[in-house]
Amino acid sequence: MRLKEGDIRIPSGCAISAIMDRSGKRHDGSDIIRSIALMHDRGNGLGGGFAAYGIYPDYADLYAFHIFLDDTAARTAAQAFLEERFELEASEVVPTRRVAAITDAPLIWRFFVKPKADLMDELNDGDEEQFVMDAVMYINANIPGAFVSSSGKNMGAFKGVGFPEDIGEFYRLEDYEAWLWTAHGRFPTNTPGWWGGAHPFSLLNWSVVHNGEISSYDANRRYIEQFGYDCALRTDTEAITYIFDLLVRRHGLSEEMAAHIICAPAWDEIDRMDEKDKQFETALRQVYGPALVNGPFSIILGMEDGLLALNDRLKLRALMVGEKDDMVYLASEEGAIRIVCDDAENVRAIDGGVPYIAKLYDAEGD
Amino acid sequence: MIDYILPEYKVDRDFTRCVGCQACERQCSNKVHYKDFDLDVMKAHEENCVNCQRCVLICPTHAITIKRNDQAQPTSNNWTGEYIQDIARQAESGAVLLTGMGNPRPYPIYWDHMVLNASQVTNPSIDPLREPMETRVILGSKPQKLEIDEKKRTIKTPMPPSRQLDVPVMFSAMSFGSISLNAQKSMAMAARELGTFFNTGEGGLHKDLREYGDNAIVQVASGRFGVDQDYLNAGSIIEIKIGQGAKPGIGGHLPGEKVNEEVSTTRMIPEGTDAISPAPHHDIYSIEDLRQLIYALKEATRYEKPVSVKIAAVHNVAAIASGMARAGADIIVIDGFRGGTGAAPTRIRDNVGIPIELALASVDQRLRDEGIRNTVSLVPAGSFRCSSDIVKAIALGADAVYCGSAPLIAMGCHMCQSCTKGTCNWGIATQDPVLTRRLNPEIASERIVKLMTAWNHEIQEMLGGMGINAIESLRGNRLALRGVGLNEKELEVLGIKYAGEVM
Repeated sequence: MRLKEGDIRIPSGCAISAIMDRSGKRHDGSDIIRSIALMHDRGNGLGGGFAAYGIYPDYADLYAFHIFLDDTAARTAAQAFLEERFELEASEVVPTRRVAAITDAPLIWRFFVKPKADLMDELNDGDEEQFVMDAVMYINANIPGAFVSSSGKNMGAFKGVGFPEDIGEFYRLEDYEAWLWTAHGRFPTNTPGWWGGAHPFSLLNWSVVHNGEISSYDANRRYIEQFGYDCALRTDTEAITYIFDLLVRRHGLSEEMAAHIICAPAWDEIDRMDEKDKQFETALRQVYGPALVNGPFSIILGMEDGLLALNDRLKLRALMVGEKDDMVYLASEEGAIRIVCDDAENVRAIDGGVPYIAKLYDAEGD
Repeated sequence: MIDYILPEYKVDRDFTRCVGCQACERQCSNKVHYKDFDLDVMKAHEENCVNCQRCVLICPTHAITIKRNDQAQPTSNNWTGEYIQDIARQAESGAVLLTGMGNPRPYPIYWDHMVLNASQVTNPSIDPLREPMETRVILGSKPQKLEIDEKKRTIKTPMPPSRQLDVPVMFSAMSFGSISLNAQKSMAMAARELGTFFNTGEGGLHKDLREYGDNAIVQVASGRFGVDQDYLNAGSIIEIKIGQGAKPGIGGHLPGEKVNEEVSTTRMIPEGTDAISPAPHHDIYSIEDLRQLIYALKEATRYEKPVSVKIAAVHNVAAIASGMARAGADIIVIDGFRGGTGAAPTRIRDNVGIPIELALASVDQRLRDEGIRNTVSLVPAGSFRCSSDIVKAIALGADAVYCGSAPLIAMGCHMCQSCTKGTCNWGIATQDPVLTRRLNPEIASERIVKLMTAWNHEIQEMLGGMGINAIESLRGNRLALRGVGLNEKELEVLGIKYAGEVM
């Protein structure tokens, strides 16, 4: 039997890329496909994917569940579960086109849903996001053959097994318009890959594309599992997403502070700080040490009002950023920025451990 | 009546080398060597020899070798010479067999059945000579989450007291009385230099060591020897000792002959009286009583010091540890059955308690199952022999470890297991001023510092090899470990996979 993510742990090398329009203006998926396609050789055809924000303006207040389904039985079970917990406003097959390179695709459905208020009060004290998260965890763990690939509002993940440019074509990304696109091309080291295991990994409005193999994985996993997260896929990306979810959504920290915890300053740096800062940083490392992510990584975190890019504190993975007017471009390689914006400005490498954050103009000053 | 007890060792003296200088005779407090003036040769009362190797190392011509007495024993795996000799001893004395140091029986040593990971291709290893490689550990209880004023960069959540270790090793509890003041002072000095802690054991804190209070863990044990408000406030961490890995379930006994003036003052007991630590604390018959003692100690020290609770690793250790965390312990210490001691009944040392590896893995997992692992610190003890043992313990889930035998060995101990005799030739487990003078704290502490510095370098190399540059990323990172030569159940309890198994 072929083992899927979750059955085994699969380290991957990768390419990542992102394009964002800070004015909120939406663009189709052709540029992000060109950008990630340039880094074709950083993947090996065993995983590619995209996250897109702002694509469902007509359903902006509903949670959009993108679900992979192995067969119709899984679809029936997943839909029945969703209807039990949510008001189901719309459901449809995610439109795809036939692409020679893409085989073995599961059924891919999307459901636009709204939590049932009474159930939400009963199960989660009215905490809507927790209610949705619990539903995602339930489906992934308990409905055989069903896997939720994204569950946010006005956003979605489009991923699968194949080179990202083929995946983009398969999902007809030219038909979607988003103010933020992120992309991932995967180079898993020891498996044919599985559609659910492709990136981005997404939960609620979070999506993460990630390049690297974190050496702190099991320390991070065993930490967040204490807070009820089920690291079913055993991937780094999943663990990093849950850490952000824990720190930002549940502990109420800013994304920037979460990034600061994930890439904490070194002790010799802390020792040189004045007493007040030293106390502050020491307390952070003391309490959140298990959330420190170690080993090489570059990630781009998509969120409801922008993106955050982060490198490990030793800068062991490449990640470049460039800007042009309202546009922000990020990619593992500079060429993947230049190919979509040859006059991008301020093109530079992101510093190790220092988050790069771009927010929609409307969201600034929050 | 024939003496049924065979000498355990033989003194093999090379007479082509021996010059008859009698240095061995002067050095041996066990009165093994003597000169036969009639024959003008050195001879030995071999029955007194404990194999401490003092004479071997002091002999200027290297004439002495101590050998095991290989007297033929019955051809039986059951009735070994050891059991026969023990019976002979007890038939003569009518007493409980006493011994020192840790459990020497051939139980599985799980450290030797776990191997560490290293980075290859998919992520880079990190060179500790070029990159920061952090081994600092902070011990104490912690809140689950912080409330932060991000603008002011301040923490709104009150932080309980905590203590910083620059190396992930502390020195285990060894009381003044069981060891000499010089031995304790050596560890105190080394702890200060290394940025870590030594532990007073249950014998109080000698006035000469009060200046090392910032690096002292002051123990409160069932005998409450040396405990008063000044003592509690002189230390940096307070440790309630419930049990000890070498002798779970029983108390301690310092014979009156070791209670000289200094020991008597420090322990606050009359000179020459036996210092008997009861088996239980007579104010702790249950977990709710432990909570009261923890908070009494916190009250007495204005909530300024972390309170640690140490238990022996026993069958139900995971549930007990969880109770300790909920009773308010800031640091949980688990002492495994290979842990050392100055004196323990042999049968108890060798047969009671469980291996620290299994206890540690099970406690860490239990605390995680309950979602409280991150709120307390977890410190295993009981025979860490080298840096890789420590790395493996941290990967199983330890914050830091206690080391007792290793620093003793650094200052001269040769593990002869005869601490109970009070005649330690290395000046460690004795109060005899002639012997304690042999241990120079300046030199001994320097050797401990060097040992720990070397271990810390090795820890950094192993961390870097795994692509990790901060020790907290190793803590509980069980993917860093793989089992070799273990059965399914052992792997399950340790929470690790077998070597070569897919991740």
